[in-house]
This record gives sequence, C-alpha cells and structure tokens, in this order.
Amino acid sequence: MRLTQQTIVFGIFAVMFAAFAVFLPGFATTQNIFTLLQNVAVLGILGLAMALVVIGRGIDISLIAALAVPPGLVLQMVQDGYGLPSSIVVALLLSLVFGAINGWLIAYAEVPSLFTTLASGLLLAGLGQAVLFKLDVVQWSPGMDGFDWLGQGNLLSVPMPIVVFAIACGLVAFLLRKTRIGAYIYAIGDNPFGARVTGIPSRPIIVLQYILAALIGCFAGFVMVASVNSAPTRIFNSTLIYDVILVVVLGGIGLSGGRGGVLNVVIGTLLIGTMLNGMTIMDVSYSAQNLVKGVVLLAAVIADSFLNPRNEETAQQGDI
Amino acid sequence: MLLKMTKCLAGAAAFCALTAWPAAAQQGLDEPFQASFKAALAGKTVAYIPVAMNFDLTEGWFAGVKKELEPYGMKVIVRDPNWSTNAGAQALTTLISEKPAAIIVHNPDVQTYAKLMQRAENEGIFIIQINMGSVYRSSAFVGANWIEIGERDTEAVVKACEGKSNKIAIVQGALSAAASAYTLKGVENILAKHPEVKVVSSQAADWDAAKAKAIVQTVLKQNPDLCGIVGFWDGMDIGTAAAVKEAGLTGKVFVATSGGGERKGACELVKSGAFDLNVSYDVPTQAADMAAMIKWLLSSGAKPGSVKGSAYTTLIPITRENADSNVACWNLADLKK
Repeated sequence: MRLTQQTIVFGIFAVMFAAFAVFLPGFATTQNIFTLLQNVAVLGILGLAMALVVIGRGIDISLIAALAVPPGLVLQMVQDGYGLPSSIVVALLLSLVFGAINGWLIAYAEVPSLFTTLASGLLLAGLGQAVLFKLDVVQWSPGMDGFDWLGQGNLLSVPMPIVVFAIACGLVAFLLRKTRIGAYIYAIGDNPFGARVTGIPSRPIIVLQYILAALIGCFAGFVMVASVNSAPTRIFNSTLIYDVILVVVLGGIGLSGGRGGVLNVVIGTLLIGTMLNGMTIMDVSYSAQNLVKGVVLLAAVIADSFLNPRNEETAQQGDI
Repeated sequence: MLLKMTKCLAGAAAFCALTAWPAAAQQGLDEPFQASFKAALAGKTVAYIPVAMNFDLTEGWFAGVKKELEPYGMKVIVRDPNWSTNAGAQALTTLISEKPAAIIVHNPDVQTYAKLMQRAENEGIFIIQINMGSVYRSSAFVGANWIEIGERDTEAVVKACEGKSNKIAIVQGALSAAASAYTLKGVENILAKHPEVKVVSSQAADWDAAKAKAIVQTVLKQNPDLCGIVGFWDGMDIGTAAAVKEAGLTGKVFVATSGGGERKGACELVKSGAFDLNVSYDVPTQAADMAAMIKWLLSSGAKPGSVKGSAYTTLIPITRENADSNVACWNLADLKK
C-alpha cells in the first residue's frame, strides 16, 4: 500500500485520538466528541469551500470576509428593523455577487486567484467596516430569535453545527463525485489548458466555483453568528484563513489542484479538532498549544515528502 | 419734626444706595481666567490614535471627546491603524511632525509606542494615554485599573462559589495584551487568599467569541459542576455565555466579565442572564475625563512631560439590580448626538 498524505494524517489522528482516549479521563465520551466536532464545524465548512476552489487549482483568501460580512449584515439589518427573511435574502445576494465578481476576475480577466481574492477580501471587509456596520461586533437583537437554533439547537440530539457540517459534506461530495460539474472541476484543476482544449466550459465553471465558495462561506457564517449570538466581524483580521488552508492541505488536497475530496477535509478537520480539544482539557497554555500544533503539522508534511518525494514524474504543470 | 426729617433723609439715602447697586451690577464683572482659557484651546488640534475604530470603546471615546472639545473651537482628528501596530507607530511619527496640541494614544502593548510618545512630549505635544498604558508615563493616563477589574470579578465569582464545587475557569484575552496580563494579576491576587478555589482551566481566547465558546464548552463538559467563570472582556464573553446557555447552566455558573458598558453589549446581556456581573469602565466618563485633562493641561501653560498624573476610572459594577437604569449603560447613537 502506498502511504499518501491522507493516510499519514489519518494515522496521526488515530494515534492521538487513541492516546487521549486512554490517558485523558472524560475525552472519549459522546458529549465530548460532540463538543469536539461542534468546535471545528465552522472551520470544516470553510474547509469544504476552500477545497472546492483548490481542487480547481485556485485559492480563495477572501473566504473569511465572505464568512463575516454577509451574516454580519443580517444582524445589522435586523437590528435596524428589517425582517429576518429579507435580511437573509440580501446577505445571500451579496455573497452571490461577491463570488461572481471573484470568479469573473479570475476566469475572464485572468487575474491570478491569490491576488484577486486577497484584494476582494479586503474590499468586502472594508465595505462592511466603513458602510454596513456601526460597530465591528454586531450584537444580537430580539428580531433574530429563532435563528440561533442553527448554532445552538439540536437535531435528534446532535448539535446543529455538526448537522450543518455533515449536510455540507454530503452536498459537496455529491457535487464533486456525482455531477458533470464536479468532473469538470477536477479536469480544470488537473490541467486547465487541456480541459479547455477538450471543450470543457472552463471559465463559467471557475465562476461557479467562487460563487459556491462564497455561499458556503456565508452559511458557515450563519452557523457562527447563531452559535455565538453576535457577529464578530473583526474575525477578518484573525489568522483563521491559515487554519482553513491548513485543514485542506493537511488533509491531503494538494495546492496544485485536481486531487483530493471531501474526505480529506474531514480528516484534516478531525486532526485539528482533536488537538484543540485534547489540549484544552489538559489546560495547555496558549503558546505551548501553538508549538504542539506547529510540530504536528511539520511532522505530517515532512513524512509526506519523505514517503512521496516529488520528481519529474509526479510533478504537475504549474506546481507550487 | 427735625428728627422726622433726618429719618426721612436717611431713608432716602438708603433708597438711593439701594437703587445704585443694581446699576453697578449691570456693568458686569470680568472673570479673569476664561479668556485665556478660550484662547489656549481655540484652533488647537487633538489627534487620536486608537488600536482600531469601529468598536464600542474607541468609537465612544472619539464621540465623547469631540462633543466636549469641539464647542471650544478645537479640532479632533483620528488616525485609524485598524489593528496594525506598525500603522499606529507610523501615524504617531507623522503626527509628531504635524504638531497637534495633544495626542490621545490607545496603546496596543506596553512597549511599541513608548519611545515615540516620549519624543512627542519632548517636542511639546501632550500625550494622553487611554485605558492601555505603556512603560512611558506621559502627562496623563485615563483608564481602567485592570488589576482592580480582575479582583472584583474574581471576588464575585469566589463569593458565588461558596458552598458549591469551588471550581472556576478563566477566559483570558490575548497573551500579548497587557490589559489581559494585568487582569490576570488581579485574579491571582484574590485566588491567593482563597486556596479552596480550584482553577480548572485558564486559557487565552484571543478576544475571540468563537474561541471562548469552544474553550468553555469543552471545560463545561469536563466539569459540569463548575461554579463560576472569570472572563476578560464582554465582547469575547458573549461566546462564554453562549456555551453556558447551551449547556443549560445559565444561573448555575456565575459569569463575570468587564467592558465599556455599551448598552447592547453590557446591560442587555446582564438583563438576559448571559452575564451575572459586568464591571464597566464607563466610556462616556472616560471621554469626559480625557477632555478635562486636555482642557486643564492646555490652559495651565505647563510644559508637556513636566507634570504626570493618572485618572483611574471609577468602575460601575453592572448586575441585575442596576441593568435597567438609564445611567448604568450608554449607547453610541446618543453619545454622537
């Protein structure tokens, strides 16, 4: 059997999980596993959005802006007296337009995705800060009641964020594996020029990828705001985007595109979730947590490059 | 008869004297200090460098200072570094050459701006530090005493824990922030007196509500008998409160936090039961204190850096009892009016 990065990371996850389960009392309980999953659900959903784009050989740095601004707008509009349904529609439209602009710039204007989304993310976050929001933590208002079920409720005694993550996994997996669009995305990611020559409508597909990413980001944001009863739009300034890229790359989706799928995101998310949860139970200090996180990630990457060295045979065109 | 006449004259004289008094009062009396006070303020500029605009504290300070100083013909300008320490240092450097009368500085940490602030005062600019002091002591510091906040929050939590499990959790801010480290010192001061209280978790959540929620959720699963949580900022502890609520422990776990006392972020959340105590460093009072400092310093003729003093903010503990009152909290829209 050939050891891929996916199996290596899964192995690390399994060992860590087993060790915590044996040595940490209270780790291997259903309740704690739910908490573990719930805490990384938003990260996982964002990972799915990123995976969709990365498989098509792109990257979406603007995902955190898409996570923070449209859901923040919902809270702000409701606070200002608009109805909840119409506010949600406006937020979804904003995400749609935002994703379409990203996609158009990348597919038609042919601006590299890294620069496009870096700039457009700043633009959206700036728009939120300067025009849409009064304060960067948008507070909950009574008109939002009921919406918090999405982040705090349970479905068949499973916390909603996990349910939403599971549904998102199912939808993205279906899209990637069972539809023609999914096949096109893999083809474009594997060899963009080849895909175009064979007649795949690569530009519209790229636009679609970014629209889907923005919409998934917006849904992740809905879960987040419902879960913490406020919209901390300042999250744009955090390092969350690195965690998202980490989940994707760690899970084994190469940044060079065309490889991997939903399972990789799930594995990457599980590893991060287990590490965070275990270290929180052990009350490890913040700096030590970062140290451990860094060491585990480096180990995973080094193991992969030892076991699967890159050479002319395995390298792809345009590899990073 | 003669006596009667003298009496009458005396009466007339008294009457004359009485009517003469109001005439003198109508001429008015010049108050000798107000003209120089006005002259010292008029046309001067006060610059303001927060860590970032767009949040309740910094917006409130700006609105409050403007409201106090603009009627005297002063200009209040803001340079927004938007969480970038570099951009803030640059803004401060540029401002030194622009020579405003005073600069209000909200330090991101205790070191970065220290040298620059010293230079500014040497060049004749008063520095007023707000809420976050640095190692350089400038003409004025206005702000919360973080140690006191840590002490009061912890005292309340320890008291609520009496007769219960005595297990508490601490949700810190960002490790690099002095406000967080000072507050922690206050927490330690109280815990040293209460060896029976056990800290089951003390983690930094980076001022992030989602991280705070994740930590508290995990801690509550491990310690369902937790009796109290000391949080370091209400904006972050919305997440702490959400975790407590989800675990169905609202009212059983005492949540103490602190913040600027903005109505939606403080009073409303205390009323809803999310927080049991929110120690507020009332932002409008802080703004008024800063404005008073600037008025006093500019009119005193003192050389910047020659006098140094502090005005620690009198804290308002917001609990169920006073959360309904009109003065416990403030809101930005009213402050901007």
